[in-house]
Amino acid sequence: MLKRWFQLLSFAAAVFASAASAQLSIEITGGGANRVPIAIVPFAGEGAFQPGIVSIVRADLERSGLFRVIEPPPIVPAPTEASAVNFPEWRSRLADVVVLGSVAVLPDGRFEVRFRVFDVVKQAALGGVAYTLNRNQVRATAHRISDYIYEKLTGEKGVFSTRIAYVVKRGPRYELQIADADGAGEETALASLEPIISPAWSPDGRRLAYVSFEQKKPVVYVHSLQSGQRQVAANFKGSNSAPAWAPDGSRLAVALSREGGSQIYTVNADGSGVRRLMSSSGIDTEPVFSPDGQFIYFTSDRGGSPQIYRMPAAGGDAQRVTFEGTYNVSARVSPDGKSLAYISRNSGKFQVARLDLTSKQVQILTDSDKDESPSFSPNGRMILLATVLGGRGVLSAVSADGRVKQRLTISSGDVREPAWGPFIKE
Amino acid sequence: MRTIWTTLVASALLSACAGSPPDEQAGAAVEDRKPGAVAPQTAQTNPVPPGQVARVDLTQGKPPAGYSILKDPKSILSKRSVYFELDSFSIKDEYKPLVEAHAKYLRENATAKMLIQGNTDDRGSREYNLALGQKRADAMKRMLILLGAKEDQVEAVSLGEEKPKAQGSTDEAFAENRRDDILYAGEY
Repeated sequence: MLKRWFQLLSFAAAVFASAASAQLSIEITGGGANRVPIAIVPFAGEGAFQPGIVSIVRADLERSGLFRVIEPPPIVPAPTEASAVNFPEWRSRLADVVVLGSVAVLPDGRFEVRFRVFDVVKQAALGGVAYTLNRNQVRATAHRISDYIYEKLTGEKGVFSTRIAYVVKRGPRYELQIADADGAGEETALASLEPIISPAWSPDGRRLAYVSFEQKKPVVYVHSLQSGQRQVAANFKGSNSAPAWAPDGSRLAVALSREGGSQIYTVNADGSGVRRLMSSSGIDTEPVFSPDGQFIYFTSDRGGSPQIYRMPAAGGDAQRVTFEGTYNVSARVSPDGKSLAYISRNSGKFQVARLDLTSKQVQILTDSDKDESPSFSPNGRMILLATVLGGRGVLSAVSADGRVKQRLTISSGDVREPAWGPFIKE
Repeated sequence: MRTIWTTLVASALLSACAGSPPDEQAGAAVEDRKPGAVAPQTAQTNPVPPGQVARVDLTQGKPPAGYSILKDPKSILSKRSVYFELDSFSIKDEYKPLVEAHAKYLRENATAKMLIQGNTDDRGSREYNLALGQKRADAMKRMLILLGAKEDQVEAVSLGEEKPKAQGSTDEAFAENRRDDILYAGEY
């Protein structure tokens, strides 16, 4: 019942949540009215953690735009996942969903968190899980719980456990950072005094390809996040840019100017096996693979203005994909392969547009005017983007239907070039 | 770091040394060279055979400071920027003397190497702007090669919108950033 109700909701999920300690803070600037009221009772014994698990789960679900978190007055003794649920009482507290849980210390010093999700309207348990964790896994565990609840109630995978990459510029410094999808727990993967652009996650989420100008020209690197090891993937004469991973992670599509002009090539992640895919007299750049690996979408000015085209991934004839307007660039394919998000210039404003590849319908999703670098969440619900607000670069997110909007701001500096990472494999 | 050291400069400095009188050292004997006098053979001469001169290339690594015609404000070679019209990639006539002078310099200095960096304003996609900047850099490279520079002397790259010379969103700032910059080896 709840599941279907969610499917009927005409607004989409937003996925950022803020935590007090996060450097990036998130503000919802638009959202749905019909949020599902959910009560998440503080887990018995979670005082061992600071911040507690429940505060992170609440923030995740609240900021998704799909839920309204109800905070019940303390119940004594605190109910746990093993308690008998007093459904009429929760009904009177106007909760449609209740989550109960507890934290226990294991003999080896680790912790175990157990929780259950209840549908108050149907008076039924929807399910529950137990996770074992170390003290440094509190945030990750909380996001897994949020993902579990989200999937139980909406029928689709949550993205609270995923990570995002972006570039922060402060004065002369550029930092490539990785953070949780809620902006918390940021880590710097690369700091440089020269620009860094176009980060792209490998399909396994362990490496980033990006363009660095540290050699006074654009060079494509592949960077293993855990070891910090960097490998040059493309450093040919001229410019090397716009890396995009093939879905199997075996190779990258890149834009190279080694033979004059920007043209699209594929290259293995270690820099070997460079191969030109097509030859045009104009600009070809910003390649991106379709999720099935069959096609490459790219930007080209061959028709007189920059537009998005599509060609077979092995090379071959290109077909034009965008027709409205005179500036359509930076295409990203939705995870289901059915739509494109891209940047479209309308009356001098650069905005995120979405093209339904079946119906050919175009929808402008944002009302800002300097949008760049759209990036789909792995469940396809949200699009992360860079924009400018008050002269400063900020990250923003919009639902794929344009109804939920969020802004992520950082305390200082310009934030740009976001890229949403893949699902974490269990 | 921003100083220049090219073969031309090297040879200019060497000839300057040869042309000026060496400092007289105190107590040095004065040799009276009469016409027809034969200087005594004091040592076996052993000149380096042809083809065995080791080459020392000061354009590699950190160059020493010194005079360079490339930096001389009186020389057109010190002019390093070419500006473009909006959405344009062709070198305007007013910059032809500048490009011709640099082409001549490359012709006359076979070991000189040049990097052309194309730039754009910051409107629109970073990657598309990188491609537009490349188009500007390629236009200059093509012209230099038509004028006799060698392919391996010139590399055309783009910085796109990433290294703006002028900040802000005025037409003046945009125009300042639609630009090719010329750098010689040792300057980048």
